[in-house]
Amino acid sequence: MSMKRFWFGAGPVGNAGVLVRLGAIGAVMLSVAGAFAYVGGWLSPVRLTQDRMMVAFQDANGIHAGFRRNHAKGVCVTGWFESSGQAAALSKAAVFRPARVPVVGRFALAGGMPFQPDAPATVRSMALRFLLPGGEEWRTGMNNIPVFPVNSARGFYEQLLASSPDPRTGKPDPIRMSAFLAAHPEAGRALSLIKKRQVTSGFANSTFNSLNAFRFVDAAGASVPVRWSTVPVQPLAADSAEPSAAGAKNYLFDDLIAQIAQHPLHWRLIVTVGQADDPTKDATLPWPAGRQQVDAGTVTIDHAASEDGGRCTDVNYDPLVLPSGIEPSDDPLLSARSAAYARSFALRAGEEHEKPPSAVSAREVQAGGNS
Amino acid sequence: MSTQARFPAASRLLHWLMAPMIVVMLFIGVGMAASISPRYELLVSIHRPLGIAIFVLCLARIVNRFIKPPPELPDTVPSLQRFAAKASHVVLYALMFIMPLVGWGMLSAARYPIVLYGPLRLPPILPHDLTLYAWLRNLHTDLAYLFFATFLVHFGAALFHGLIRRDGVLESMASWQ
Repeated sequence: MSMKRFWFGAGPVGNAGVLVRLGAIGAVMLSVAGAFAYVGGWLSPVRLTQDRMMVAFQDANGIHAGFRRNHAKGVCVTGWFESSGQAAALSKAAVFRPARVPVVGRFALAGGMPFQPDAPATVRSMALRFLLPGGEEWRTGMNNIPVFPVNSARGFYEQLLASSPDPRTGKPDPIRMSAFLAAHPEAGRALSLIKKRQVTSGFANSTFNSLNAFRFVDAAGASVPVRWSTVPVQPLAADSAEPSAAGAKNYLFDDLIAQIAQHPLHWRLIVTVGQADDPTKDATLPWPAGRQQVDAGTVTIDHAASEDGGRCTDVNYDPLVLPSGIEPSDDPLLSARSAAYARSFALRAGEEHEKPPSAVSAREVQAGGNS
Repeated sequence: MSTQARFPAASRLLHWLMAPMIVVMLFIGVGMAASISPRYELLVSIHRPLGIAIFVLCLARIVNRFIKPPPELPDTVPSLQRFAAKASHVVLYALMFIMPLVGWGMLSAARYPIVLYGPLRLPPILPHDLTLYAWLRNLHTDLAYLFFATFLVHFGAALFHGLIRRDGVLESMASWQ
């Protein structure tokens, strides 16, 4: 038997025919592999992928193994949500029926530096995980700013690049920042609203906003656009810019821990109902004043714990973890946040054994926040 | 070539039902792992139920293979090609079975709710453990590349049988008559 017949069989194809057909098979396989590589982003160097977003965080903040890539400095809290029942007409989600559900939360400062000193102007965040009966969950991350600075993943990425330290000076390059603002006028408008916000004395009297829009779906299937906020019951006090604790590096967290140790803290969960033409896919735009607001219930926080051993540490506060009755809007930032959080979570999970103790340590929490 | 026995009808049905599901699944997977665009949410919401559907069909397929064994390859196929065919099928079956379980397991270890559709969810099958999650998450990616490579070899081999060897092996799975 000839070699050709052994390997390629006895079909009525000549030598030239075998080569042509082999070439055709190779071309088809190469096309399928090429399509796979294209979808995976390997053939598109400028496409913004999860990996490129993570590299941008690393360039901006350095490498901090085991920490979240953003909102890296934080503390875990637990408590509960007591529904008023008033939002149940808007959303069929079980969390809005008059009842109490446990909450695992996290207070944090925006930015990817887990040891940055607390400062009044740094954006504060509150993340909540509502554990609904039957295994459903609602996770939300909210910030103490009225609007988000950008309205797209690309805008966020470019802002991150523009605010990264210049290797020569160690500081962000003002020319890059003004180029960013010129390319993203929506960011300039949003930042001026953000600068005008009232900065309060601490986490406990800050209002935290969902920024992104979602949709509440009622039992009949009708949906309305919503944004939500947690509004403090604690009295407002402007930031005195005078850190209360000696040492000061963690003064916002220390105050929070000390306050929780004294008595539980409360926030009202206020749902703002948008109208048909209110912008849902642009988080830089506030909704007009005077929209219907529903007091959905009260979030109570009665316990704080360091991230080291705390219950929030192993949780990804993915904004697309939603119960039946709450749905994402058309805001592109929701997918972007969900995708970037998932990648950050996978990276830090793999680095867990390398992670140094968090800035707000277990000892600091035990000492009542005054160490 | 017409003497080559065909696969049983149930085997052909399962093969052609699952083939597009698996190929689509691999493309969705590689796309969503890169994506940060609004498509991400849609891709993830398809990936989970599609993976579970593949798992359920895979169980049916394994049972079917025991009840109705596939035809032998023709005697003319050289032993090395015969071995490659056997080995690649073992790998394909193993991956069809393991990939959905790794996916389900990794979401369990991360304590993501495993939503199939609306309020329909799967229970966690592993403890909440970040290190375990990181390991399974990487395994899921590595196995996906192996799956795609094995699929590509399988696809190329099918074309090789159909266009070059012309020994009826492709037709035993891919003929309509």
